[in-house]
Amino acid sequence: MSLKIGVPSKGRLMDKTFEWFGARGVEMRRDGSEREYSATVAGADGVQAVLLSAGEIPRELAAGRIHLGVTGSDLVREKLADWDEQVTELAPLGFGFADLIIAVPAFWIDVDTLDDLDAAASAFRAAHGHRLRIATKYHRLVREFLRDEGVADYQLVDSQGATEGTVKNLTAEAIADITSTGETLRANHLKILSDGLIHRSQATLFSARAADWSNGARETYEALLATLKVEPPEPL
Amino acid sequence: MHSNDRAEAERLFAHFRAAGAQPVEADILLPADTLLDLYGEDIRARAYVTSDPLEGEMMLRPDFTVPVVQKHMAHGAEPARYTYMGEVFRRQEHHGLRAREYLQVGYEVFAREMPEQADAEVFALFAKVLSPLGLHAATGDIGILMAAVRGLSTSPRRRAALLRHVWRPRRFRALLDRFGGRSRMPEPRARLLKELQEAPATELIASAGPAIGLREAGEVAARAAALLEDAATPPLSGAEVDILDDVLHLRDTAPMALGRLRDMAVDLPTIAPAVDRFARRLDALASHGIDVDTLDFEASHGRTTLEYYDGFVFSFHAEGRPDLPPVASGGRYDALTRVLGQGREIPAVGGVIRPGLIALLQEGGA
Repeated sequence: MSLKIGVPSKGRLMDKTFEWFGARGVEMRRDGSEREYSATVAGADGVQAVLLSAGEIPRELAAGRIHLGVTGSDLVREKLADWDEQVTELAPLGFGFADLIIAVPAFWIDVDTLDDLDAAASAFRAAHGHRLRIATKYHRLVREFLRDEGVADYQLVDSQGATEGTVKNLTAEAIADITSTGETLRANHLKILSDGLIHRSQATLFSARAADWSNGARETYEALLATLKVEPPEPL
Repeated sequence: MHSNDRAEAERLFAHFRAAGAQPVEADILLPADTLLDLYGEDIRARAYVTSDPLEGEMMLRPDFTVPVVQKHMAHGAEPARYTYMGEVFRRQEHHGLRAREYLQVGYEVFAREMPEQADAEVFALFAKVLSPLGLHAATGDIGILMAAVRGLSTSPRRRAALLRHVWRPRRFRALLDRFGGRSRMPEPRARLLKELQEAPATELIASAGPAIGLREAGEVAARAAALLEDAATPPLSGAEVDILDDVLHLRDTAPMALGRLRDMAVDLPTIAPAVDRFARRLDALASHGIDVDTLDFEASHGRTTLEYYDGFVFSFHAEGRPDLPPVASGGRYDALTRVLGQGREIPAVGGVIRPGLIALLQEGGA
């Protein structure tokens, strides 16, 4: 049986993933045309690459349909409840860096910390009759972070894209989103809370606890990790 | 759910009806808005949210309190005693044995007169029906902590901030440290205060960026003014913070706790009425046959549960089974009726029992 590894199916994340494996002697190459979602692996026997949307890789890992997968550490934490009981982090890959942060309008001179955000949310609710809205697609991560920090009187509103524009469009008062340089935030007149870093994400190689590790899969996995020079973290 | 659970629930339900409670039904599908406004976004992690094409977001009933209070506020006679029985649904975000669906049987009293009598009535009723199980009872009173906060000699704004976070111990502690001058002011705050002393807030706001969004420049200026006012507010005295800490950590048998609270009331007289209520409640409990001399009291009890209890709180646990949630819990929630009553309010106290846990303990011979 072959060891299935899920890799991002397009863009920079795919290129960088191929580069990372290539630099460690495992060549991944996309088959056929740009539109065909399959890849060939050379340099590692019994390993099969499966091209998937990075957003679907956490779910595939959790279901055990792939043994290994490369995706953002933010996506795994967001999409999987008790993520560390379902997957194991094998290695950070050193690219795809993005910070999940909370940002508010730059003209809010009174808000710099979560403590300020909480106080502003309380006053906002009293003045406007509804909770202060934070636009995000990272519902679990943001909610758990704000709960642990004891922030109240906010609500999360779903935003699957162009989140930085929601404040100006009056559909949210603040946002929680990923940023790498902060350029888009500044262009949209937003600033990051000084203690509002929720998660520092990067592309990461994960293994799936629920995958079928029998019939040689474990041996293939151990050989692959040795080739990649990745220290196996703990018995699966 | 096991077959014995429902039989046990029926038994409790009959017991509460015999005690004079009127049976009441509640919908399983509840509008999500009310629950979200009440509990905040956290409830999403603890309740199942679904959507109705016409009504929008709905939640599977996470507890009965809200629908029962709403029903009473809409057309209840006073005083009223209600009992209910049915499933509640709790979303579980972590692996483990916590039930996603279980039965609850509850008893609630809505009465304006003699609140301590009502507290004692509910507790004694629960203690009696649970007595064969030999459970351990814990009690508390959030009202004493709230009275202590209201008595602090500081700005109304600071008192309000602490009251708002009574149910969030971590932020409460952070606020207390800040107001007590025990934590350092973050550097950006110090810089802002300095700037606000040199230039009007409106100017700083205008130069910081365009005013986007629903929160207006005027609201930012108002909070900037509040920050200046707060910076000029002297720190809470060490003595006051110490008393508040004493209240937070108070844990003793009820009569001993009462004695210590009476001592504290000498230095913080505003808690005296709440301490008197505690004393009256102990008398009422004794008159219901409760052995108050051995009853455990913890002033912080109930602070981390759903945030609506604002007075007497209690729970019953199986000793030696720390893996199990409380078999029964309850308390007073006067403020909740104010929030849900749209201008009306009525003092209320009540609690729930989980018949499934009783059945489990009986089977296990606990």
